[in-house]
Amino acid sequence: MADMRVEIAGVTFKNPVITASGTFGFGREYARLYDISRLGGISCKGTTLHERLGNPAPRIAETPSGMLNSVGLQNPGVDAFLRDDLPFLASQDVVVIANIAGSTEDEYVETIRRLQGSAVDMIEVNISCPNVKAGGVSFGTDPRAVEHITKLCKSAADKPIMMKLTPNVTDISEIAAAAEAGGADAISLINTLTGMRIDVNSRRPILRNNTGGLSGAAVFPVALRMVWQAANRVKIPVVGMGGITKWQDAVEMLLAGACAVQIGAANFTDAYIPLKVIAGIQEYLDAQGETCVSDIVGTVRPW
Amino acid sequence: MLQADFTIASVEQLNPTTYAFTVDCPPMAEESWCGRFVHIRCGEKPLRRPISICEIDKQNGTLKLVFEVRGEGTEWLATRKAGDVINILGPLGNGFFPNQDKPAIFVGGGIGCPPMLGAAQDYGKNAEAILGFRSKAQMILLDSFEKACKRVAVTTDDGSFGIKGFVTDVLQERLREEPDAVVYACGPTPMLKNVAALCNAQNVQCYVSLEQRMGCGVGACLVCACKTHDAQGEHMRHVCKNGPVFDAREVDFDG
Repeated sequence: MADMRVEIAGVTFKNPVITASGTFGFGREYARLYDISRLGGISCKGTTLHERLGNPAPRIAETPSGMLNSVGLQNPGVDAFLRDDLPFLASQDVVVIANIAGSTEDEYVETIRRLQGSAVDMIEVNISCPNVKAGGVSFGTDPRAVEHITKLCKSAADKPIMMKLTPNVTDISEIAAAAEAGGADAISLINTLTGMRIDVNSRRPILRNNTGGLSGAAVFPVALRMVWQAANRVKIPVVGMGGITKWQDAVEMLLAGACAVQIGAANFTDAYIPLKVIAGIQEYLDAQGETCVSDIVGTVRPW
Repeated sequence: MLQADFTIASVEQLNPTTYAFTVDCPPMAEESWCGRFVHIRCGEKPLRRPISICEIDKQNGTLKLVFEVRGEGTEWLATRKAGDVINILGPLGNGFFPNQDKPAIFVGGGIGCPPMLGAAQDYGKNAEAILGFRSKAQMILLDSFEKACKRVAVTTDDGSFGIKGFVTDVLQERLREEPDAVVYACGPTPMLKNVAALCNAQNVQCYVSLEQRMGCGVGACLVCACKTHDAQGEHMRHVCKNGPVFDAREVDFDG
């Protein structure tokens, strides 16, 4: 059997499948359905310095082969995360990635500082949330701003940091390069694409936030293209996500240059999807005569 | 809670847009109680559809699920036949715990009636029900409610059956006779808001089952938000995990 382990910024994952932030809470809910230590890692619900109530409902709208969401970073705050959620996750034999966001530079830095010395293995820094008025994506769309916030985050962290990039930019490779220049240990992409739906009867947007972030199978080809472009540009590890709904999608991401993948919206369609993807990648590697999952990373042969 | 394929034992059409499935799902029936719900995969749709549990038969290991065709997902579901297999995640949510020591009034509006049937059956023969429909053509489950309850009142918006008017008209009268009653309600938000306002004004305990556009169904994605308030302040609860049943005094219906 091929070795499924991957190493990202010094952290060893038992397989390359991570559940994506915002779709998996802090792990407790899905732990009632299966043993979450079978996952490579868990990227926790986006956490801010202080508690946030998030946007009013409706916060979700179905779209062709996808969904829009506008949760607006509802979370209990970093101190509650450390007190109430991290101890459970830390006992689960799975890589724990804290996902953090802020509306000011100071908030990013202070949130990361509070994670110092904790059981968190890695920090994913969300500079790409499309659903909050201040902050989030505004840090992630300009290369200079990306490099600057990355530097600040890196200097406050005692763990590897992975910058989570937005696809709502003209040139993703410039943004990826800026994160690398700022000292990021890894990058993950893509966050959601900004989108909208309107109820034709009420003539109101379905989402109370008017717009939201598109995810699900619909975004997969866009995500794959961006992961490929980013992986071609930077030397740091790239974690690919966006619309993965089956093992073949995950393998495509790996071939395009992702060292690992994250699975988000697909959890809502089938709670067991991450386990099915892990099994599918394993079978693919064995059938292809590969000895190690890392060996196929970036091996697409472009025309 | 589990996610698995189960077979539809029988299908019944209750009105032009409402269907009842009896699903053979012993492990799910075992964990079910009134007011909980299941999350059903509908063909190729990326999001599951939350459907309340209407009746529970633990002996035969079946659940009766009643749903209304609202869009493409439920349209797909409505074309399933007896013998077909559907993928169900559940049972989910907190459900109703009818207080046996007090008189109980179960209020249902339209497609909000099915979960109230299970709750009335759980409470027992002394249950009272008030059911509201747009018209006689939309009426569902009346026979079952009459079997389960000592008293059933029906209102229709157009007066084509029962009392012309709203469930709150009848509820107001009943609460005059039974001021100690506990009210349990499910239906459209404007109805629930009015039921809650009536109960709050008379200091009557009231539990409402809410509906919201839902994602994961298990409390992980936080999309099905419901604003509530209590002594600790304002909260964003979630219909799938903290609900669907809430203490009506705590719900901000305009949130």
